[in-house]
Amino acid sequence: MSGNRYLFAAYAATWIIHVAYLWTIVRRYSRLQREIEDLKKPSVRKAGFRL
Amino acid sequence: MKRAFPVLGVLTAILLSYALYMALIGAPTEQTMGDVQRIFYYHVPSAWTAFVLFFVNFGASIFYLTKRRPAADIVALVSAEVGVVFCTVVLVTGPIWARPVWGIWWAPGDIRLTSTLVLWLIYVSYLVLRRFSSSGQTPTLAAALAVLGALCVPFVYFSIWFFRTQHPQPVMGGGGSIDPRMLHVLLINWLAFSCFAFLVCWSRYRLESLQREVDQAHAMESLLGPRGTMRGNVR
Repeated sequence: MSGNRYLFAAYAATWIIHVAYLWTIVRRYSRLQREIEDLKKPSVRKAGFRL
Repeated sequence: MKRAFPVLGVLTAILLSYALYMALIGAPTEQTMGDVQRIFYYHVPSAWTAFVLFFVNFGASIFYLTKRRPAADIVALVSAEVGVVFCTVVLVTGPIWARPVWGIWWAPGDIRLTSTLVLWLIYVSYLVLRRFSSSGQTPTLAAALAVLGALCVPFVYFSIWFFRTQHPQPVMGGGGSIDPRMLHVLLINWLAFSCFAFLVCWSRYRLESLQREVDQAHAMESLLGPRGTMRGNVR
């Protein structure tokens, strides 16, 4: 039965690593979407906002 | 192409579920180690997938060094990043298997374990270089580092042939042998992980391409747009 504990740990660790990496991709993608939205805004409005 | 991604995603999810079922239930139980041997179905395919990705990184780096195509640079970056993720899985699942079988988490000085750790460190340094260096020469330097890193891959794989090591012999092309049913499950898991790696690389490639376009747009905006002018006025 102790082998099952290690088996579970190895499989869980594998998927935790993969899901954590996928999460970083999703985060980077949403940050990029915000940047794209920012770029799409009219530059006059941006300038006004900055002033 | 846009339709292919979700279809491949669903197929990969089904394949990964089937591979998990086969690894946990379908494969016969090994007589000496028992269920803990099933870690092998995640450990070995992850290592093979990492090696393939590092090989792709090597090919793309050579291509970038000769042709200077930005797409090759993106492929090199993406394959190294996903390869490091798979190599991390190898370095984590290996000690979890070793603890109940060898009685220790890590065998200090063991050539296979140490060379795999060195390989991982080389590619982590490659990613650190890519992340924190802003020089225009970064892709070239990274490509040169990738070529050096790739030389380490065959050394890691063949180290157990030429040196005394605690690590088990390779299941294919070496002195080891494996039950055909276990080999079948191993290959299914490798196929599933390869499909998963391909999909992750694909989405990461799209993300990196988009990121570079946005960076270019930011650069153009700061050069030509009123934003740069206004920034000058504020100062």
